[in-house]
Amino acid sequence: MSDAVNSNINRTDVNTRPMVLEIDNLVVGVGKTGAGKKIIDGISLQVRQGETVCVVGESGSGKSVTSLSTMGLLPKDSLKAIGGSIKLVGEDVLKASDRRLRQLRATTMAMIFQEPMTALNPVVHVGKQIDEVLRTHTSLGASARRARILEMMEQVRLPDVKRIFASYPHRLSGGQRQRIMIAMALVLEPKLLIADEPTTALDVTTQKQILTLIRDLQKDHGTAVLFITHDMGVVADIADRVAVMRQGRLVETGTLQNILRAPTMDYTRNLLSAVPSLVPRPPRVEAGFNPVVLEANELGKVYRERSFFGKPREVHAAQDVTLTLRKGRTLGIVGESGSGKSTVARCIVRLIDPTSGGIRLAGREISDLSRHTLQPHRKKIQIVFQDPYRSLNPRITIGESIAEGPINYGAKRSVAMARARELLELVDLPADAVSRYPHQFSGGQRQRIAIARALALEPEVLVADEAVSALDVSVQAQVLRLLDDIQTRLGIAILFITHDLRVAAQICDDVAVMQHGRVVEQGPAAEVLANPQQAYTRQLLDAAPGRGWDFANFRAVDGSTTVPAA
Amino acid sequence: MLGYLIRRILAAIPVMGVVALFVFLLLRLTPGDPAAIIAGDSATPEQLDRIRTQLGLNEPLYTQFFSWVWRLLHGDLGTSLISNVPVLQMVSQRIEPSLSVALSVMLLSILVAVPLGIIAAWKHGTWIDRFVMALSVIGFSVPVFVIGYVLIQIFAIELRWVPVQGFRSIFRGFGPFFERIILPTCALSFIYVALIARMTRAAMLDVLGEDYVRTARAKGINESGVLLRHALRNAAVPVITVIGTGFALLISGVVVTESVFNLPGVGRLTVDAVLARDFPVIQAMILLTSGVYVTINLVIDLAYALLDPRIRY
Repeated sequence: MSDAVNSNINRTDVNTRPMVLEIDNLVVGVGKTGAGKKIIDGISLQVRQGETVCVVGESGSGKSVTSLSTMGLLPKDSLKAIGGSIKLVGEDVLKASDRRLRQLRATTMAMIFQEPMTALNPVVHVGKQIDEVLRTHTSLGASARRARILEMMEQVRLPDVKRIFASYPHRLSGGQRQRIMIAMALVLEPKLLIADEPTTALDVTTQKQILTLIRDLQKDHGTAVLFITHDMGVVADIADRVAVMRQGRLVETGTLQNILRAPTMDYTRNLLSAVPSLVPRPPRVEAGFNPVVLEANELGKVYRERSFFGKPREVHAAQDVTLTLRKGRTLGIVGESGSGKSTVARCIVRLIDPTSGGIRLAGREISDLSRHTLQPHRKKIQIVFQDPYRSLNPRITIGESIAEGPINYGAKRSVAMARARELLELVDLPADAVSRYPHQFSGGQRQRIAIARALALEPEVLVADEAVSALDVSVQAQVLRLLDDIQTRLGIAILFITHDLRVAAQICDDVAVMQHGRVVEQGPAAEVLANPQQAYTRQLLDAAPGRGWDFANFRAVDGSTTVPAA
Repeated sequence: MLGYLIRRILAAIPVMGVVALFVFLLLRLTPGDPAAIIAGDSATPEQLDRIRTQLGLNEPLYTQFFSWVWRLLHGDLGTSLISNVPVLQMVSQRIEPSLSVALSVMLLSILVAVPLGIIAAWKHGTWIDRFVMALSVIGFSVPVFVIGYVLIQIFAIELRWVPVQGFRSIFRGFGPFFERIILPTCALSFIYVALIARMTRAAMLDVLGEDYVRTARAKGINESGVLLRHALRNAAVPVITVIGTGFALLISGVVVTESVFNLPGVGRLTVDAVLARDFPVIQAMILLTSGVYVTINLVIDLAYALLDPRIRY
């Protein structure tokens, strides 16, 4: 695991290599002429051959705009580079014509994007999409092109390349699609590869494979890599040098070791400190014997896909899931996408109906209640969703959103609105936010509003379904603190669904690890995450990026085990 | 794919069956004696008798239905109560003008509107985009008869390039057919160009914001490749829907245009039949219209499946 950390190229060697990308004092402004606000304000960056430079920063820091400027892909009617230069192997791409830019793309510089699910054209075979690059930029014949593509697909370690060549994107997994993107980007051996959050949408185990792949290909081809990410763990695993960005400016740059061990700027220090540790927090003492508020008993959910002919296909999204949650405690369900963790959460809240098994909420079996008889029990369990940008109705004021639940349950409007104000203060927002609309708040604030809305019904159980996954680390840390604080004050029980083991380690008392719809390991977080018994749990922990680093304390984790401090 | 096609055709049969039943009952379940309704108030007993026998009204309802369907399947749609001409003959005479206009309007509209929509989306926010959108508003808001009369005034009366009105079968020479069909085609095309251009633009705008379009640009593909190979096919589904329903509307008759240009099409046939309460003709028109809609929906769904591999069949 520490080979990734140690594999950084020797610095003196790198410094003599030819410069591939030189961004000098780049300024990008809003508007057609770039006369508006400066999104990028004087960024300078260099990437040499065979070197990986990571650009890190939170959302809005301008890291993606920097990469799109380099590719000449800024949206023409809203952003424009108005100053500085971007030299690609000595040629200023800001001065290049559209035609020249098209020639440079794929041949000298190539880019892979965050969302492999949407980055490929859904109606064209993936082989043909790679072929387009060769047809556009080379004069190779059809059979030579095909041979080259199949070879490249093997290099990115795709299985059964002939079949995949003739497949549509929707037939492939996220990891496979990202491999196709990488094959497409590297098929002409460009000098520069820009990777814009290429693994953010992938599961940790897939992420690890893709990062290794990029590093291996880079070694073979000597590609310069500009890697955009928000994830310090990924930075620790792959960067030679790091550039930290904030609000369109460069905060600091340096070698990986310098940045992680001795950051000079406060912002970098805060950013690193906000990264949750993989080492589970010390177990909390259980005050007395708390009553059980939520129990799932051999819960199962089967999706049946009917087909016109033949027998229906069955998918077991959840099987034999048994969970217990006590008052005032936090139970985490962790797992990769498709593991069934969200299915379980939704069954428990009865947003979907379980196929088998039981759910006891505050001592009452609710799995077999009809929609109507469930009504009085719904208020006891409330959910906070992942995406704060889409989970609040944009046309309804914050106050109405929060008060709607209590009003539905018979509260007087004036009482409910007064309560909404109190709740907003509880989640550290001003009480006068009640009359404002969701778009006037940032992502972190919206998630606080979503929490306030969930709390308005005074539930006994709060389900947080990836509730902090869409947030920047510093905001994430604040929201996690808030949840912790609310739990201490109200004694609420939290069911916390997450794919992020770092987050789970910092907030959960107990953890259930799910894979393929089943719970594979369950127990106190301090035990499961520090001393996993199951191979799958170990595999997940191994794949967690940056596990060799203790970011908050600016040091590498000693030894190979992560023993809890307690 | 073939299985899907067969399944969809099989699924269309019950739909048409229900329509047939409805059409059949339309006459039978109208209060009072169907023969009297058909014959009108001043009918003589002999006329009523004749109608009763002709419609088989003395037999049980289900026997009537099945023998009616049986005759339908053999192309016997009955005889017009007004002109005493077989309905099938009346409709088939009227089908050619309607079909000709529908096809030529759709062809012209697609040829004009799709490129307009693509360019408007590509040049989003520029004067080109605004020009196309303004054109589309005009196309929507000016009634078709106004456009028709203006076209007639200019091209038929002032310039004398084409005849004022009428229809000549294509089987009697392309020239006379073309010069009579061109004005109604242009007049009707306005609204379809407006509709399809707007739809194409909206769909293309959506698609041009997609990640895979950015990927295509990052590959160094030129703009026409990005627009036509990557964007258009993905934008096609909503556009095809509009084209399909537009076509169905055209075939089932455009009364105003037919009247302005004195075209003997199915639209006017329908209106005349309704006004004269010529039930056999009305029945035939309802069946024809539903048949057209069912067929076109089938074609649209097949086009979806061909265009987008994610749609399962």
